Amino acid sequence: MATTTMHDAHHDAHPTGVMRWLTSTNHKDIGTLYLWFSFLMFLFAGGLAMLIRAELFQPGLQFFQPNLFNQFTTMHGLIMIFGAIMPAFVGFANWQVPLMIGAPDMAFPRLNNWSFWLLPAAAILLLVSFLVPGGAVAGGWTMYPPLFIQGGMAYDMTIFAVHLMGLSSIMGSINIITTILNMRTPGMTMMRMPIFVWTWLITAFLLISAMPVLASAVTMLLTDRHFGTYFFNAAGGGDPVMFQHIFWFFGHPEVYIMILPAFGILSSIIPTFSRKPLFGYDSMVYATAAIAVLSFTVWAHHMFTVGMPTASQLFFMYATMLIAIPTGVKVFNWTATMWRGSISFETPMLFAIAVVCLFTIGGFSGLVLAIVPVDIQLQDTYYVVAHFHYVLFSGAAMSIMAGVYYWLPKWTGHMYDETLGKWHFWLTTIAFNVTFFPMHFLGLAGMPRRIPDYALQFAEFNMLQSISSFVLGASQLLFLYIVIKCIRGGVPAGDRPWEGADSLEWTLSSPPPYHSFETAPAFK
Amino acid sequence: MLCKIRSALPTIIISLFATSAHADYQFNLQTAATPIATEIYDLHNLILLVCLIIFVIVFGVMFYSLYKHRKSVGHKASQFSHNTKLEIVWTIIPFFILVGMAFPTTQTILRMKNVEGTDMSIKVTGRQWYWEYEYMDAGINYVSNLATPRDQIDNKAEKTAHYLLEVDQPMVVPTGKKVRLLLTASDVIHAWWIPAFGVKQDAIPGFINEAWFQVDKPGIYRGQCAELCGVGHGFMPIVVEAMPQEQYDAWLKSQKDKLAATAEAATKDYTLDELKIRGEAVFNSRCAACHQANGQGIPGVFPPLVEGATFANQDTLKRLAERGFAKDGKIVLGPKDKHLDIVMHGIPGTAMQALGEQMTDLEVAAVITYERNNWGNKAGDVLQPSEVATVRKPKG
Amino acid sequence: MQTIEQTNTQRYYVPAPSWWPLVGSVALLLLASGFVILLQNNPSGSYVMIAGALILITMLFGWFGTVIRESVGGLFNDQVDLSYRWGMGWFIFSEVMFFGALFGALFYARVITVPELGDTKLLWPNYEGTWPTAGPGVKETFAAMPAWGIPAINTLILLTSGATVTWAHWGLKNDNRTQLKIGLILTILLGAIFITLQIHEYSSATFTFQTGIYGATFYILTGFHGAHVTLGAIMLAVILGRVYAGHFTPERHFAFEAVSWYWHFVDVVWLLLFVFVYWLI
Repeated sequence: MATTTMHDAHHDAHPTGVMRWLTSTNHKDIGTLYLWFSFLMFLFAGGLAMLIRAELFQPGLQFFQPNLFNQFTTMHGLIMIFGAIMPAFVGFANWQVPLMIGAPDMAFPRLNNWSFWLLPAAAILLLVSFLVPGGAVAGGWTMYPPLFIQGGMAYDMTIFAVHLMGLSSIMGSINIITTILNMRTPGMTMMRMPIFVWTWLITAFLLISAMPVLASAVTMLLTDRHFGTYFFNAAGGGDPVMFQHIFWFFGHPEVYIMILPAFGILSSIIPTFSRKPLFGYDSMVYATAAIAVLSFTVWAHHMFTVGMPTASQLFFMYATMLIAIPTGVKVFNWTATMWRGSISFETPMLFAIAVVCLFTIGGFSGLVLAIVPVDIQLQDTYYVVAHFHYVLFSGAAMSIMAGVYYWLPKWTGHMYDETLGKWHFWLTTIAFNVTFFPMHFLGLAGMPRRIPDYALQFAEFNMLQSISSFVLGASQLLFLYIVIKCIRGGVPAGDRPWEGADSLEWTLSSPPPYHSFETAPAFK
Repeated sequence: MLCKIRSALPTIIISLFATSAHADYQFNLQTAATPIATEIYDLHNLILLVCLIIFVIVFGVMFYSLYKHRKSVGHKASQFSHNTKLEIVWTIIPFFILVGMAFPTTQTILRMKNVEGTDMSIKVTGRQWYWEYEYMDAGINYVSNLATPRDQIDNKAEKTAHYLLEVDQPMVVPTGKKVRLLLTASDVIHAWWIPAFGVKQDAIPGFINEAWFQVDKPGIYRGQCAELCGVGHGFMPIVVEAMPQEQYDAWLKSQKDKLAATAEAATKDYTLDELKIRGEAVFNSRCAACHQANGQGIPGVFPPLVEGATFANQDTLKRLAERGFAKDGKIVLGPKDKHLDIVMHGIPGTAMQALGEQMTDLEVAAVITYERNNWGNKAGDVLQPSEVATVRKPKG
Repeated sequence: MQTIEQTNTQRYYVPAPSWWPLVGSVALLLLASGFVILLQNNPSGSYVMIAGALILITMLFGWFGTVIRESVGGLFNDQVDLSYRWGMGWFIFSEVMFFGALFGALFYARVITVPELGDTKLLWPNYEGTWPTAGPGVKETFAAMPAWGIPAINTLILLTSGATVTWAHWGLKNDNRTQLKIGLILTILLGAIFITLQIHEYSSATFTFQTGIYGATFYILTGFHGAHVTLGAIMLAVILGRVYAGHFTPERHFAFEAVSWYWHFVDVVWLLLFVFVYWLI
């Protein structure tokens, strides 16, 4: 109590040095931690992708044996999803949600700190697993049994890492959802919240619903591995396909967990640089909610080849196709927002426009994959790899980049280097497309995914993709440089560097004071 | 209409890309060899075309706006933010487009799922990492292994045309017959896939999945396992040879003769060298994926088979020690009967599966003799096929 | 001190920096890595786990202790109180989803997998595919746990405990501390009896966790439920301790309510367990 009082006494002062980060209860500091952590993981998992592409540069086994290659693909997926994209969005939520709703901090500042610090613990388990006998998990990020039952020590480490990350996500989401529901400034009704806040509210709901299901699934994997249970083994009346059902009941909402906040970022950026209010706010909210609800009814479209009855296949196909409608509404709304605006093309806007285009390509390939007979040809091929990189890299990751450029002036108080930002944008966008677009062709032509070596007819595209992927990887180092440069200095940003921006965070100074909105801001 | 799309689309796409003469670029699904694959091909083209049209319209509007409504040309922003009529229209139109897509798709699904009236059945078992085919009506079964030599994979030899897509014994089917597949697996999930047939079906241990195809054109069709199944996932291709009925009948007869010869061979006694030569071939096709051609295994994952080698997985070492194959953390050459037991029945709790059911007595005898007298292992003993036969449980 | 609290609670209490979250992360990392080591048949893992558990307990005492001091110190205004309510509600929702997935596994196995295996005569020629089952490949005979013995009694016990905790809540709201204390003690006792009977039931069972899908679903569902009852009883005991320490007023007693919500939640889970695990065989 004594120490508490001491700190409270001068509450704008805060611990400095490493203490500031280890013990923080400040949403901005914790947001920064999340963002840096995710960036680090992004670079690490991106490095794994470079190794994968190096091996796939030519047919034949050049650098890595299949066992190690499978570890790379598995860990690339796990770390990108749980270590890079999800924490990055939570970082945005931490920084932006309190600022956008005029709250003094998150609802549970200490819990917020714990949500973050569980992630390094999970990361330690995952990264160290590369060093244990047998190496890291090599059974795919989807962890399907019985293959997952066969592995060694690293598989247990991954299970516990998933538990920790799940715990982190659940606590983080409870925090975000409570903050949004309970801490809006007077006058900000639900239907007047910025869309970013809405998308995170729904994302948090999805996380709280989905992550415990994943925890259950991996717990059953653990007992099957070590305690002789038969959940996923036919000999005891269990079923490997049951795992897939439970996993994808988590996994499909997870897909939207990784894209809804991206939609929120786009819906913040596009109106700003079109100098026009967002078109169709209400339908945007309803579309987001519709996507969230539908996301719980489509999971088995990941499993069209497991031998489901015809009726199930039809149901899951129809439900999946329906998702195209609310997603389409969003794209139409963004287009209408730009229509007859006064558009300028700063880096965040460039990224946002690219995301809308490229995400739509990913959406269309998703629609193609929803068609059961076509999916049967394309399931587990490079077409799927192309599809989910179009939604996850050019959808989620590039939205994160857009958001970073958009709010970096607010967070640091300096403008980023616009020329370098544009270089980063063009390099990323072009290299991304050259890397991933030909994967559609490879998948159609019959190249399975998750193979370390391939038949000769796939050689040309693979070589092209590898070269381009190295460019894509190197461009992200430029991003790192731009961010660091911006933090260290630059043209002062002023309170509102974007003339079209109008949400509450732009009423604060740049960077905002350590404790902002200590009195509720006016909201008209 | 559909046929037109099918023939026109690849041409359009290919013309967009300048391809060098030697390059083997393919932009669409493989040439269909079955009616179902043809339907899938058409369906994909139809959906893709619809998507392309929508894409061009929506992004045509967006890019027109990006060009015309720029700030740099002095365009002033209007401030509208709603248009209920428009919003209703662009919610309803996609719905009808989707219904239009769902209709032909549903018909195709119903045809794909119809396994009525098949002419013959083949039981397909996926194993780590090869396929086993059992002709249910003819009573023959055999395994189908990757035939690409290891040297090609390791870049020590020139890669040949069907690199990684060739097997020692393909599945053979008669043309014009509806062939039913009954798919299962013995260890982990695999997926049997021939793109030209439009068939991809998971093979799940303990369950049977059904699929069917009917090929009319004789030829060789190639595919791969399509579900991650461990280190050999990229190395278990599927090859189907379709031939006219008379040729197929002749093939069937030759297979039965071969089986009879194998049964006879099993009663003979062999010398150590004879067995070693046969054993090397068996080892390389069956065991080398895990234990490696040099018998050294993969550290921490698959144990070495060479006396004196070390292994880091304590759990597996314990199981090996129980059987006399490990001592003080090192691999030792255990007794012959235990060696036979491991190969026949596997080691529960590890990736070592029971191979007895999948190999002939001669193959088991040969591979064990090979392992016990190779890479510096000097057991000196010979295991005869007749000894294998004595431990085989009567089928039933 | 009073004035400082005033300025801080003006809008919303934001606590000072705290070590407890980091300590908690270290504890969980130790617990996880210790368990991993233990699962490799290496007994030294248990020492790592014990260390982790001790740190976790320290953290829980320290963290909850701080929260209780803040609460008693009047730092929490109505908005903070409402935050805790939302937080607890969503936490329980996440638990619902956790159990939901386990129930999903039970239903999937019973309705889809087992009948399908019964129809797969090619692989399992002699398998009937009827529930309860240990599966086609597990040669074990066992008797399913009957519903109308201990489980029925346990149902009554838990339902009664739900009533006693509500009765205690009335006592708290009417400022009748004796009723509050008796109600809480009764609830904790009933919880303890429930757990004891559950242990007895386990020890008399003719099947184990390894008895195919029946054993697996039975023990994972009842086991996790039992763990939650234990946790709930411990939390009730903490609340009882706080009641003796004079905490809670008829108006402000969120901690009590949170624990009673939790208790009702495990109650409802049990009812579903009783119906789907024990009764409808």
